[in-house]
Amino acid sequence: MSVAATQAPGPAPDSLLYLDGVTVSFDGFKALNNLSLVVGKGELRCIIGPNGAGKTTMMDVITGKTRPDSGAVFFGGNTDLTRLDEAQIANLGIGRKFQRPTVFENLTVFENLELAQKNQRGTFKVLFSTLPETQRKGIRATLETIGLADRETARAGALSHGQKQWLEIGMLLIQDQQLLLLDEPVAGMTDHETEATAKLFLSLAGERTLVVVEHDMEFVRSLAARVTVLHEGSVLAEGTIDYVQAHPDVIEVYLGR
Amino acid sequence: MGATALFDRRGWLWFLGIGLVLVVGVPLLNALPVTSPLHIPNYLVPLFGKYSCYALLALSLDLVWGYAGILSLGHGAFFALGGYAMGMYLMRQIGARGVYANAQLPDFMVFLNWKELPWYWYGFDHFALAAAMVLLVPGLLAFIFGWFAFRSRVTGVYLSIITQALTYALLLVFFRNDTGFGGNNGLTDFKEILGFDIQSAGTRRGLYIASIVALGLGFLLCRAIVSSKLGRVLLALRDAESRVRFLGYSVAYTKLFVFTVSACIAGIAGALYVPQVGIINPSEFSPANSIEIAIWVAVGGRGTLIGAVIGAVAVNLMKTWLTGSLPELWLFALGGLFVVMTLLFPKGVIGMMAQWRARRRPPPAAVVPEPTS
Repeated sequence: MSVAATQAPGPAPDSLLYLDGVTVSFDGFKALNNLSLVVGKGELRCIIGPNGAGKTTMMDVITGKTRPDSGAVFFGGNTDLTRLDEAQIANLGIGRKFQRPTVFENLTVFENLELAQKNQRGTFKVLFSTLPETQRKGIRATLETIGLADRETARAGALSHGQKQWLEIGMLLIQDQQLLLLDEPVAGMTDHETEATAKLFLSLAGERTLVVVEHDMEFVRSLAARVTVLHEGSVLAEGTIDYVQAHPDVIEVYLGR
Repeated sequence: MGATALFDRRGWLWFLGIGLVLVVGVPLLNALPVTSPLHIPNYLVPLFGKYSCYALLALSLDLVWGYAGILSLGHGAFFALGGYAMGMYLMRQIGARGVYANAQLPDFMVFLNWKELPWYWYGFDHFALAAAMVLLVPGLLAFIFGWFAFRSRVTGVYLSIITQALTYALLLVFFRNDTGFGGNNGLTDFKEILGFDIQSAGTRRGLYIASIVALGLGFLLCRAIVSSKLGRVLLALRDAESRVRFLGYSVAYTKLFVFTVSACIAGIAGALYVPQVGIINPSEFSPANSIEIAIWVAVGGRGTLIGAVIGAVAVNLMKTWLTGSLPELWLFALGGLFVVMTLLFPKGVIGMMAQWRARRRPPPAAVVPEPTS
């Protein structure tokens, strides 16, 4: 990594992502309030919390879209992400899926994956780039994985909501990122699609690190992962799904509606 | 980016066919005796040349607007700067043949009692330097402007407004006599270009051919850019800019690249335009001019390249005809055309043709996708 260490490294040697006392406020409202969070390498982590708990803001901070007022975000030990812009962070190995599926509607499914594929990103490198057979194969393989092999030449805008979600997941996969941030990945999916997504995520965990923000408790349960509950911009509880669901504070603010 | 990637076989045939007709056919018909029914009169040749310059200008705007979603309403400025660079060269070619017969200074400087040539006019008696400036000045301005605008993430209507301000500011600067570019009157009374009499029919044909060739090359360059992977990044950032950032592409540098290339193309268009119309003055910087360019592109169909060319030629044909026969109607016609096209055919002439073709032809049978390995 080209970015030099600027501060003491994070706590555990095997942690991939470490948010240290991050605070973000919008017009006096604290979207994140001294939030600290550690995600280990290869971990599958679910983040839940009521609306306005700061889940999306947290992703914005990690990916460089929002600069925190205070605090730091360390990636891979000692790289402080709060000093980098979105593109630099993406090139470090952090991928993001948005809450609303954002694919390039006017490009084909194939072209969407082509742009996402891990490759040189410099403007002139991109201008003169060609698509060798190995990369073409990589794209085809991803198309198979996300079940869109027969929609290769379709315009992405013509896909169903669930298919767009899958395409965006495919774009994350082919980007070959270490850390995947997934904001409500199964929203708008059928039960069958949701099940398949859970299976895919479980198969990815270990090799990659996944942070999943989700409302669908069934889905969170099926991932059987460590759950962090956010409330008013900080961590309310953390543990297994059964532990947090039984936690009195959590019941009060979130589950006991 | 091989040649086969730009067009398919039929595309190349069309491109070369139309190019041949325009480059060889028009000058040949112009050379026919005046009595021949097929003769193209002399006054039409520079007119066609002018249309071709407008088409090249429209093409440059389509590259940034149609593909990258940057609606520049200041492209007239790059066009005019290219035109001024060429105009300065043409002024120096006048030599002692001006009204004041001063070989050292252009007429307007003598008139303003200037004693010596300002430093920024040095070297403009050499065509090579002028030609370099035709590219460099618009390119550099676009680069500096874009550097600040795109890095600060100015987009959409805000960017359009700043580009209008840019061209208006230049208008004011060039209007001043003290700036040294002929003020209100601009540069005119040209005599020679590269040693050829600028008024002669032969030179006019040559300039016309140069304009068509420039249009053809500009088209190929734009086509090469938009059919490369960078072209797909452009379309992607037009639709979902932040997504492109999270994929790790630099949105600012991508925009900066096409904006600068586009400004250079606009500069070339301006440089070819000036010797054919015989004058360049600050009115070319007027904000309304730049808006008109956007109308050409919208009418033709943005994001298609060929649509920009068709739009520029069609609207200007109409302009030539209307300003000749019913001059007071022209602005209403232009405004009306823009409203009608935007409401009924938002994809322009090209989109309109595609719609008609789709209606005439029955929908194609479901295409069996090729098996994937």
